[in-house]
Amino acid sequence: MGKIIEVRDLTKSYGEILAVDRISFEVNEGETFGFLGPNGAGKTTTIRMLTGLSKPTAGTARILGYDVESEAVKAKKRVGVVPEASNLYDELSASDNLMFMAQLYGVPRGMRREKVEELLKTFGLYERRNHLFGTFSRGMRRALTIASALTHDPKILFLDEPTVGLDVLAVRSLHNLIGNLHQQGVTIFLTTHYLEEADHLCDRIAILVKGKILRIDTPEALKSSAEEGSIIDVSFKSTPSKLVEDLSGILPELKIIATSQNNIRIYGGSPADVLEKVLHHAKSSSILIDSVNSVKPSLEDAFIKTTGLSPIIMAAEKGGGRR
Amino acid sequence: MWRDDLRGIYFIALKDLKTYYLKPPSISWGIVFPLSWILAFYLRNPQNFEQLVPGLIGMTILFSTTAAEAVVINFELRLGSLERLLLTPLSLPAVLLGKVIGGAVFGLLMTVTVTIASILALGLYNVNILYLALVTVPSLLVFSSLGALLCVLVKEVFEAQTLLNLPRFIMVFLCGVVYPISAMPQILQTIAYLMPLTYTIDGLRRAFTLSQDMTVLIDASVLVVFFTVFIFPAIKLLDRRFE
Repeated sequence: MGKIIEVRDLTKSYGEILAVDRISFEVNEGETFGFLGPNGAGKTTTIRMLTGLSKPTAGTARILGYDVESEAVKAKKRVGVVPEASNLYDELSASDNLMFMAQLYGVPRGMRREKVEELLKTFGLYERRNHLFGTFSRGMRRALTIASALTHDPKILFLDEPTVGLDVLAVRSLHNLIGNLHQQGVTIFLTTHYLEEADHLCDRIAILVKGKILRIDTPEALKSSAEEGSIIDVSFKSTPSKLVEDLSGILPELKIIATSQNNIRIYGGSPADVLEKVLHHAKSSSILIDSVNSVKPSLEDAFIKTTGLSPIIMAAEKGGGRR
Repeated sequence: MWRDDLRGIYFIALKDLKTYYLKPPSISWGIVFPLSWILAFYLRNPQNFEQLVPGLIGMTILFSTTAAEAVVINFELRLGSLERLLLTPLSLPAVLLGKVIGGAVFGLLMTVTVTIASILALGLYNVNILYLALVTVPSLLVFSSLGALLCVLVKEVFEAQTLLNLPRFIMVFLCGVVYPISAMPQILQTIAYLMPLTYTIDGLRRAFTLSQDMTVLIDASVLVVFFTVFIFPAIKLLDRRFE
C-alpha cells in the first residue's frame, strides 16, 4: 500500500491563535483514516488545508504526490470533499445538483448522465431525482452531498463530520455507504467527534486535541493500551456537585472522570480497594449507589487515557450528543 | 488548467442564470425599475422621448447586472455553496468570473429585450449595432464586477444591496441618464467622469446618433479599465475570505 496522503509539520495559525500545530501523519491507499477530537481541535482546519481551501502557515502536505499549495488543482481533480454542511443548491433538483458537479469536475459529456443515475441509485435517491434539494430530509441531504463528491470517481474522499445531526437510521445508512466505498478501494479521510463512529469505521485513528496529534494507531491498539489496570463504572441515584473532586482526594493516584451526570469512571488501582473506598465515601456522604460495573476498555477509555478529557466534552459539541 | 477554468466559468454562469437570475425579483429590478423611472420622465415631458433611450438602456445594464450579483456571492458564502465550488478543480478567479459572467449574461438578455423594444416602438432604426455592442459588452462586465466587488466587501447579504444603492443612484443622477453632463456644475462633471456609467451612456448616445468619430472606442477602453479596477480587488478580497 502506497502513501496517498503525506503531511509534514503542517501548521495553521490565525494571528495569535494556533489552530493546527505542526502535525505530521501519512494515510495509506485504501485506508479509512479518522481524525478524532473535540470541537476546536483543528480537524476541519486540517481538512481545509488538505483540500486547498486554506493555505498552511507552515509545513507541507501532499495528496497523491501533489503539493496542496502549488499543485492544488491537480490534487482537487482526484479528491472528493464532503463538508460538514450539506451545501448543495436548494433550488436545483437532486439530479441537476449531481449533474452540475459532474460538469465542474470535467466528467466527459457522454458519461455524465449515466454517472448521475448510477449515484442516485446507489444512494437510494433515484425515485426523488427530480425533487428539489431544498425539500430533502437531513439524511437525504447528507447522502446527496456525499454522492456529489463522487461524480468524478475520486481516489480519496474527505468527510468532515459526516453524521452530525442525523437520526440513528440515517447514521446507520451512511455508515453502510461509507463501508461500501471503503470496500471499493476508496481512501477515506474522515473527521468525527463521535468515538463510536471512529471505532466502527476507521482502520487507524489520529487523536487530535488543541491542534496537536497526541496519538495515531488502530482502534484495537488504542483500546488495548487502555487495558492496563481496572476500569470501574459507578452509577449513583443522585450525584453531589463535587463528587469527582472528593473521590479524587480519596484516590489521588487514580484517574476519575464523570461520564454523565450520575456516572463516574475510575481508571486503575485494585478493584477491591477502589470499591471499598468508593462505598465508604458513599455511605459517609449519604449518597445512594445505583450500580457498580467492571468494564472492558473502549475507544472512549483510550481517548480519555490519551487526552485526559472527559467524553462529556465530546458529547457537548455541535449539539450532536452521544450515540 | 485554463480549459478547466473556461468550462467552470461556463457552467457556473449557466447555473446562476437558472437558479438566481431568471426569477421575478431579478427581472423586475432589471427591467421594471428602469422602465418606470424613464416613464416618469416621459409623462413629465413627452417630447423627444427617443433622447431618453440611451439612458433607459444604460439603466437596464446597470440595474439588471447588479440586481442579483450583489447578493449571490454572500448568499453562497453563507450557505457554503461557494466553498463547494472552490473545492472543485477550478481557480478562485474562475469561480468569481463565472459569477460575474452569469450576471452579465442576464444583463445582456434584459438589455437586448429593452433595446429591441425601444427601437421597434420608436422607429429608431438608424443605430450603429457595432458601437452598441462595443459599449454594451464591457458595460455589462463592469457593472456585474462592481456588484461582485461590493458583495465581497461586506459580510451580510442586505449590506451589499444597501451599499450598492449609493453608487447606483449617484450614477443615475450624475452620468447623463436624464440630464446632460455638460449642463451640470464643473465639480459634478468631474465626478461624473470618474464613474463608468458616464462612458456607457456616452457610447450608447453615439451608437444611436450614428456618430462617425472614434470616441466610442475611448468609451469602450475606459470601461475595460473600470472592469479590471473592479474585478482584481474582488478576487483579492474573496481570496482573503478563505485565508
